Order: sequence, then structure tokens, then C-alpha cells
Amino acid sequence: MQIDLDQVSIRELNQRLHGLSPETNWREVRIVNPKGRHALAVGLTLPIEVTVEGHVGYYCAGMNKEAAVTIAGHAGPGVAENIMSGVVRVEGNASQYAAASGRGGLVVIEGDASARCGISMKGVDIVVGGSVGHLSAFMAQRGHLVVCGDAGADLGDSLYEARLYVQGRVESLGADCIEKEQTAAHQEGLAALLERARIKADPRAFRRYGSARRLYHFHTDHAHAY
Amino acid sequence: MPIDDSSKPEPVLKPVLRESASFPRQVLAEIHRAAAEGVYAIRGFGAKRRVPNFDDLVLLGASVSRYPLEGYRERCATEVVIGTRFAKKPITLKIPITIAGMSFGALGSHAKEALGRAATQLGTSTTTGDGGMTEEERLASKTLVYQVLPSRYGLNPDDLRRADAIEVVVGQGAKPGGGGMLLGQKITERVAGMRDLPVGIDQRSASRHPDWTGPDDLTIKIQELREVTDWEKPIYVKVGATRVAYDVALAVKAGADAVVVDGMQGGTAATQDVFIEHVGIPTLAAVRLAADALVELDQHRKVQLIVSGGIRSGADVAKALALGADAVSIGVAALVALGCNREAYVEDYQKLGTMPGFCHHCHTGRCPVGITTQLPELEARLDPELGARHVRNYISTLVLELQTLARACGKSHVLNLEPEDLAALTIEAAAMARVPLAGTNWIPGVSGG
Ligand code: SF4
Repeated sequence: MQIDLDQVSIRELNQRLHGLSPETNWREVRIVNPKGRHALAVGLTLPIEVTVEGHVGYYCAGMNKEAAVTIAGHAGPGVAENIMSGVVRVEGNASQYAAASGRGGLVVIEGDASARCGISMKGVDIVVGGSVGHLSAFMAQRGHLVVCGDAGADLGDSLYEARLYVQGRVESLGADCIEKEQTAAHQEGLAALLERARIKADPRAFRRYGSARRLYHFHTDHAHAY
Repeated sequence: MPIDDSSKPEPVLKPVLRESASFPRQVLAEIHRAAAEGVYAIRGFGAKRRVPNFDDLVLLGASVSRYPLEGYRERCATEVVIGTRFAKKPITLKIPITIAGMSFGALGSHAKEALGRAATQLGTSTTTGDGGMTEEERLASKTLVYQVLPSRYGLNPDDLRRADAIEVVVGQGAKPGGGGMLLGQKITERVAGMRDLPVGIDQRSASRHPDWTGPDDLTIKIQELREVTDWEKPIYVKVGATRVAYDVALAVKAGADAVVVDGMQGGTAATQDVFIEHVGIPTLAAVRLAADALVELDQHRKVQLIVSGGIRSGADVAKALALGADAVSIGVAALVALGCNREAYVEDYQKLGTMPGFCHHCHTGRCPVGITTQLPELEARLDPELGARHVRNYISTLVLELQTLARACGKSHVLNLEPEDLAALTIEAAAMARVPLAGTNWIPGVSGG
């Protein structure tokens, strides 16, 4: 099925996708002429494959469940926000808060991601082929953020139990984020994640970061950390 | 014979103790506490100090110039429809009183269930909270408003679609601009599971949404929520009352079906005392600002205005509606109806260092009456069925009071109450609510006379 956004509205697009029955034959959907429009292919619940041919605006593939969405272009802010499961792949770069508050599934950004990538993540796995901007993984709770390039300032600020892997330079670590030992088990997990994301990189070249867990209970002696 | 008592010593007069106005005992105690602990006080409940409120207004019952309705004979309608602007499925509430968002986590499951049952019986809505939607709550509440909060705990598209309306929470009256702090003692396995956090750690709620940063983004966020839910659900935007006129105007511009304005007397599960008492403006002032903003945009009664923060009685409701609200929302008062601060289990209040009537210990998780607790032995003190009955009785009373006041003002629908039905008892209230000071035609800042 091909849907041309020069011909149909966003509303019609999403309604058609939501209206698909689990038995549908439309397992592959191509969306053409996205032209930076917002809220494309949001709230999908079926294991279908959706390819968006071009650049998208805000919140593309938001709250995705089950579907595999590929954006053959760049993505605006909040791509795959609150993703539950499935895969969202951005072949280009992504703007701010990619995969924010994601709870499951996999988000792959082949290019760079901007500031606050993975902010408030709650179980999603994010693999970025390039670099991420500042405050990425802020208050991240669960899941993995893998950065093959560099990370901007204050990586992992106020981190909970999410795991961060960075291959390049980290400008600075945020409050309570520390470098942690990279064991063989971690490397194995990272290798599997990179493979799943179809991103080529040597897991041994990454450094691991996580929470020092000093801020898990608020106390005045921590106040300087903020 | 006169008694000669000149030999007796003059009675010694006890010196009169005089408390400092700047440093009364409460202030001294707070300084001593801060000196010992080095951290601000965190507590639950709402503002404790008096600020201008609805008690400072009176309703002008009808006489010659107005014609009242017969109290026990003539109908005074109370239903209100919310979400008429864009939503395919607006919600109809039988009464203009809703139950405000209070999270599972802050409240125990019995309290949530009781509130849901009561709301269903009354034909009104209840609202989820920071921890997401529980199965008990969805089952108990016929009309359930699902909150999209900055923390995004427990948020998922299935629950968005199971909700009857969606409330994008930007701020709360007790803490505009602030996040929350649910202390570790309340984070049981179930609460932790719903929030994707380890058991027992302090849980910080963010003060801003992770994926939008301003009103233009909010417009697109609302569009996304509508797309996910196929434009069926009314979308509310909730703000803590501060710069109300601007915030309401921007919420309307962003596409809200309804705006919720929560005044500074609003409650909280746990936040800094300094926030509760010093940030935000009183509900009384906020209602008029919000209603005026809607009138200016030609959206009054089209984008519904829901007002909350310290609403206690049918008189409060009547006055809020007269100032332009379409409905009110109650939080703390509903908990009080459930038994909060009730004279029972006094020794447990004492263990917390408080007494019935003074308690604000929701954040400790040791609520003596079983409302804001996750401890099974405490929670057992609240029977959901009886709790529902009490909340139902209380809100029914508010509705009866509201109707009787509206009839006295000659109104056949409570939404026909208007500012013209009010006068103020203080200059402050007259200025804030923009109604005349009683006995004059003077509205400070508006008219002479
Ligand atoms: S009685 Fe319970 S609900 Fe009421 S203030 Fe105390 S702890 Fe909170």
C-alpha cells in the first residue's frame, strides 16, 4: 500500500493505519511526500512495516507498538516518543528528544541525534550511529543508549538504571553519572544490540556509563550535585 | 471595720509573654528544623495559610429586581458537557464537580477505587495521576480522565485509548513550575513496577515534559495525542495558577478542548512546603483571569474551564461557576470525605508527630486513616465501598447546596450563575474577582463610584 501525503491528510493516513485489522494483507505501507509533516504513523499497534520516504516533522512513530517504521530521511523532534515495542529506524539525523520516555522496542538513528536523546527513557533500546547532543538520557530509568560517535554535555544527568555506551568523546557527565566497568557480559549484550540495530561497530571500543546511585535518596549533603 | 492589708506584699504580676510578629513559634520551629536537617520541609496536603478565597464573596439572592426559583419545586439543571470544541466524543457530566488527578502511589488502591465508585454513582469523572492508570481505577470509574504528566510514568497508548478524556498536565496549583517527590518509603513493588523504578528509592517527578518545551510544541503534542486516539477524546490542559491569562490563551491556541486552572490552595502528595505556601495565586483570583481570557478569545463556554484548588463547599462551587468556570475539580476535600484528618487512630497521628485536624503526612506513606498509604495494614482501614458512600454523600451535598444557591439567584441551570450575582466582602476579593465591594458599586481597578 502506498499513501501519498500530497493526496491524503495526516488524519486520513493515521485513520487508515489504525483501521487495519490484525489479519490485513497490507503488511507493507509506503508513505510518500511527508514534507516534514507532524505526527505521522503514530499509535500503530500491528506488526506492519511502514516506510516514510523523506523527512518528517515532530513525533513520527510516536507510541509505536509492534510496527517497524523506517524513516528514509531526517526526523524532527520527538521521533518514536514513548515507543512501547517494535522498531523505529531513522536513516538520517534526528532532532531533539528522540525516543523520549520510550518504554520498549528499538530505536535506531543512523546519523546524529540532537539534544536530550533518550530523555526519561523507561526501557527502550536506542542505538545512534553518530553523535548525541547535550543532556541525553536525562533522568533515564531503564534501557540502553548506545552512541557510536560523541556525547554532548551532561550525559546521563540524574540517571536511574539505564545503561549508556559511548564509543567517542563524552563532553561531560551529568549529576550522578559515572563511568562503569565494561565486563564481558556487557560487551556481549552490546554486541547483540548493535547487531539487532544493524550498526557496525566494535563493542570493545565503547565505554560504559551508569548511575552512581548517590541521589536515590535525597539528602542535603547532595544538594551541591544539582 | 476596714481591713488593713498594707502589710501584705503586692501581688507579683506575671509578665505578659509576647510572641514576635516576625518570629512567631511556627517560624522559630521551622528555623530550628532547617538548622538540624539542612533540607527544606517536604509535605503533602494543600496550603495552610489563609489567602483571599471564596469566603470573601457573597451571592446576591433574588428579591424584587431578580426573581428566585422555588427551592424544592423548580428544576435547576447541573449537567455540563466537556470537549465540545474538537473531540468526537465529548463527555457529559451530570454535575459540574469532578475529582482531580491523584496518583496511585500517592493514594492507595482502596482510596482510588472509592473515588472511582463515587464518581461513577454521581455521574462525574475521576482522574488518574502520576503513576498511570490502574485496572481497579478503570473498572471503578465510568468516566476517567487520563493524565499525561511530565514524568510520563505508566503512560501508554492503550490506556490513552481506554480513557474518556486526556489531561495534559503542565502544572499543579500546589507547585507551579515544580516537580514532585514521592519518598522512597511509598515506593512498593507495585508502585515501582508502574513507574519503572527500583523499589524504595525517592522518586522525582520532572517539572517539564520530556518532549516539548513551549506552546508551539504543545500544539503539535496535542495534535499527536489526538491522532493516536483518532480525535475522539477531549483534551484538557491543566496549569497551576500563575500567569493565568497568558497560559489559558496559549492552551486555547494549542488546541485544548478544556483548560484546568488549579489555584494555590490545591493539594499535593509531596512537595516542598515553600512551594505550597509561596508559589502561585489564589483560586479566587485565577478563575476570573481565566474566564476573562476565554471571553477575550470568544471561547468562553466553548473551551470549558475547570477550576480547582481548595474547593470545599457548594458555596465555593457556586461562586466559581458565577465567576465563569464550567466545572470545578476537588482533590483534598474528596480525601477529607474519605476520612483524611478524621478523629480516629489518634495514637497513629501522634506517632507521626501530629493530631487529627493538623495532619499533612501524606508523603510518609503512614496515613493513619488508610488513604495515602501503600501499607496493607493501614490501607485496610479504608473500606472502598464505605469510602465511596462518604464521597458520594459529600459531593451530593455540594450539589444540593449549589442548586439551592443558584435557585435563590433565579437560575434554572447552575451555569447561568454570573459575576453579577456576586459581591465582595473585602477590597482584595473585590479587586481579584472583579465584583463590587458589598454595599458599593466599586470594583477596585475597574470602576469609580
Ligand atoms: S490523614 Fe492521611 S490523607 Fe490526610 S493528611 Fe494525614 S496522611 Fe494525608
